[in-house]
Amino acid sequence: MSERLERSMYSFVLRYSRRQQLYILAFVVLSWPIGFMLLDLPKQIINRALEAKTDIFQLAVLGVAEIPLQVSQSVFLIILCCIFLTLVVANNALKFHINTTKGRTAERLLRRLRYGLFSRVLRFPIPRFKRTSQGEIISMITAETEPVGAFFVGAVVDPIFQGGLLFVAIGFIIVQNPWLGLAAAAFYPLQIYVVPRLQKKVSALGKARLREIRHLSDHVGETVGGIVDIHANDTSNLELARFTDRLSNIYNIRFEIFQRKYMIKALNNFLDKLAPFLFYLFGGLLVIDGKLDIGQLVAVIAAHREMSSPWKEMLNWYQQQADARVKYDQVVSQFEADGMLDDALQHTDPDPNLTFDGEIDLANVSLVDEDEVRRLANLTLNLGFDTNLAVVGSGSSGKEYLGLLLARLAIPTTGQLKVAGQDLVALPESVTGRRLTYVATAPFMQSASVRDNLLYGLKNRPLRPADYDDEEGPKRERDFAEAARTGNIEHDYWADWVDLEAAGVESADALFDCLIEILDIVELSDEIYNLGLRGTIDPDHRPDIAEAALKARSGLADRLEETEYGGLVEKFDRERFNSNASVAENLLFGTTVGDAFDHDRVAENEYVLKVLHDAELIDDMLAAGRSVAETMIEIFADLPPGHEFFEQYSFISSDDLPEFRTLLSRTEKHGFDEMDPEDRAALLSLPFKVVTAQHRLGVVTDELVVKILRAREIFAANLPDELKGAVEFFDSEKYNAAGSLQDNILFGKLVYGQAEGSRMIGALIAETLDSLGLRGAVLEAGLEFQVGVGGSRLSSGQRQRLGIARALLKRPEVLILNESTSALDPAAQDRIAEKIIAMRDGKGVIWVANRVSMAAKFSKVAVLRDGQLVEQGTYDELNSEGTTLHELLQSS
Amino acid sequence: MSLNEEVELLRNIPLFAKLEPSRLKLLAFTSERITYEPDQVLFHQGDVGDAAYIIVEGEAKVLVETAGGEIEVAALGRNDFVGEIAILCDVPRTATVRATSKTVTLRITKDLFFRLVAEFPEMSVEIMRELASRLEHTTQKLREALANSG
Repeated sequence: MSERLERSMYSFVLRYSRRQQLYILAFVVLSWPIGFMLLDLPKQIINRALEAKTDIFQLAVLGVAEIPLQVSQSVFLIILCCIFLTLVVANNALKFHINTTKGRTAERLLRRLRYGLFSRVLRFPIPRFKRTSQGEIISMITAETEPVGAFFVGAVVDPIFQGGLLFVAIGFIIVQNPWLGLAAAAFYPLQIYVVPRLQKKVSALGKARLREIRHLSDHVGETVGGIVDIHANDTSNLELARFTDRLSNIYNIRFEIFQRKYMIKALNNFLDKLAPFLFYLFGGLLVIDGKLDIGQLVAVIAAHREMSSPWKEMLNWYQQQADARVKYDQVVSQFEADGMLDDALQHTDPDPNLTFDGEIDLANVSLVDEDEVRRLANLTLNLGFDTNLAVVGSGSSGKEYLGLLLARLAIPTTGQLKVAGQDLVALPESVTGRRLTYVATAPFMQSASVRDNLLYGLKNRPLRPADYDDEEGPKRERDFAEAARTGNIEHDYWADWVDLEAAGVESADALFDCLIEILDIVELSDEIYNLGLRGTIDPDHRPDIAEAALKARSGLADRLEETEYGGLVEKFDRERFNSNASVAENLLFGTTVGDAFDHDRVAENEYVLKVLHDAELIDDMLAAGRSVAETMIEIFADLPPGHEFFEQYSFISSDDLPEFRTLLSRTEKHGFDEMDPEDRAALLSLPFKVVTAQHRLGVVTDELVVKILRAREIFAANLPDELKGAVEFFDSEKYNAAGSLQDNILFGKLVYGQAEGSRMIGALIAETLDSLGLRGAVLEAGLEFQVGVGGSRLSSGQRQRLGIARALLKRPEVLILNESTSALDPAAQDRIAEKIIAMRDGKGVIWVANRVSMAAKFSKVAVLRDGQLVEQGTYDELNSEGTTLHELLQSS
Repeated sequence: MSLNEEVELLRNIPLFAKLEPSRLKLLAFTSERITYEPDQVLFHQGDVGDAAYIIVEGEAKVLVETAGGEIEVAALGRNDFVGEIAILCDVPRTATVRATSKTVTLRITKDLFFRLVAEFPEMSVEIMRELASRLEHTTQKLREALANSG
């Protein structure tokens, strides 16, 4: 969709669904005679088949033809009934077909509209996003288009259909008596005049409401984005008040819309009822005068009644279309912007003959932003493709705009920007986004794995078709055909998009090695390694890693035995109680999956209760629970309610403490047997949380341990099928898919309170993995780590380094970094810059530096001040008394 | 060792001796119990102080780094309380403490310590008393030293 979006809803609907609309209309017309026959047949059955006594029956068809049939009365009845049944089936089949066709047409139009809007978002000039918020765009593409889509099909078919019915009814009355015909339609001109005027006001209100709703979604989006600062500034009341204010606005507008809308309805109903009044009065007078017979009058009144329903429908339709038009206009007008990127620039593949070397040439380039502020002024700069350039300047120097310009992410307001002799502005994104690569200060992260985010920059076009089975293949084919029909892009999202050639490798294995090498350069591999250890993997998906983990498990076990570290880990053993695991973990002897055996509520689980009962453990656990409760009350009772110790240390929250106190006194009186189920569950839940080694509460006695071990056996042996997926048992021979890679290798618990235990075991695990050659497997698992929404599960420094790694992987001719290491410590920044320059080996690096001293690493330095290039040269040339660079260095 | 035994032990430490049993239990329950192997270090001189330690079992020595190397200035044993200066005065650790045998400690974090003091005023009185007596102790030593040298 390179052209503009249709300005009016009708041109959009007609342009993309004319044929379907005609098709639907044809079926609607076809349904009319069937409907007529269905009304007419019962009359025939009664009048002709049941009451008449004759040898020749007449079958009336649509009130125009009569077919004589020489059959017996009962046969005629059967024939009529069969025709009736056939018509019922036909009528329903037709309606079904009409409705599905309508629905499909509407959905196709909606799909086309949404695609058009989204593709425009991708082509908006970038400064536009400073003014349009995410919330507004989301609300427009999703919610606002929905009612428009629902209206699309009715836009043409409904008025024709209802209008047809209306004209038939009016025609009928006029045939009976022209004056009455005029009388029946007398108020229509008035309504046609008044209603649109009233509706106009409603539409204007509708527009205002839409604006308010957009502000509302904008506000919600902002709140989610700024949640930390809202808490930090105690401004939740302010936000609530702001939200309330918006809701009030919406309420007021909505109320006025309702008033006016129903005013229109009421007016129409009144005028509608006024007509029969005229019929009775003037028609009656005509009857008295003998100018009209009474039968005609009755027929006319009946016909008017027939008219009123389609008329009301027309009116409804009119209101709906007014509403839909407002929404359409409001949405579409927001998606037309000046300076929208030409569609062709996004879809053109790079010219294979394009040689991309030579120079980057800026001649008198200026950049004025959307607020008319001059960010860069008359820049003239000439760079070889092999130059390592540091761009330095103070915060207001405009240096970051130079980075954006060079990556074509900002368009020069005046002046010429040529790359390898070509006008950069006219080059397609397939060149500017691959041959040049820009790394932002806060690079974009998808909510996907680390690997997906690294490979993101290599996914420019689908390269190798996806492998579909016989079931999936045809389904995909249908999807592609449908996508093509509605003007959507025809690339398969599920194809393999990764451009191995761009990364300079030949296979996926080589790509992995290349990834690791680059992660080393940006000093991210250790962190990815740790993510891998702490993350889970799917052993069905990666059986190789699971197998490696099992190898490491036994490797670690050997090492633990050989060294003095053995005392730092308590291994899982089916026959033994693990004092560094909670009682719940000891009973389940596995990792929970889902929340069926959630540790906080395990005491409420019916199956667990049954197991406790079978192991004769209930009373012991209740006694343990009582003992825990007593200790907690003793320790925490003096603390003020809500004290943070409760949350940090107590088994019982401050709110529940008084309840437990009364609960204990109740049990003291009546014993465990007469406890109500709620008290029981409350008391039982306590000992499950106890970790013997950590809590030292002394409630898990040797006797209890024996019983818990027996319960463990019972639990595993009788686990019902529907709960089998809810726990993954510890099995020394099996990989535990629910546990982290580290847990799988450790296969036990760190012993509580051993100084530096965690660090020493961590080192031992790393050593074991290295000696088994499994570091790669862990890194691979780390690459599967899900980074969260916007990369929120990574630190900002990690996101920055991931962004750089993504760019390095593409091996661009020119790499542009915009303060891309600002979240790292200065030493790391310098190290990474050095490594990148070395790795690029003669290919250009343009680094907009956040610290001036970084410039020393680069072969050339450009110094900006107030948007002007004030100095350029080597660091040594420029670093002398009196230069701006020197001044910047002194002040930093 | 169970919580109750730890409470008994805390009671033998002058600083906590006068606290009610339930408070001692709170102190024991909310502090971490850490075991050190011989030669492992509880904390290093110059570190930021984030916790004080009560020695439950075993022995440790207090070492001060000087230009002439490490000097052992004190030996610690069961019931000794160590590391409180750094958390009370917000100064870096004034010495290194190293376990000489297998040593079990209760680690009371700075947060926990201050919260306890704020929560239970009788504890701050105890601390004052303890510090005053230490001051008196060192003053006396100084006086003796001055007398001897003079």
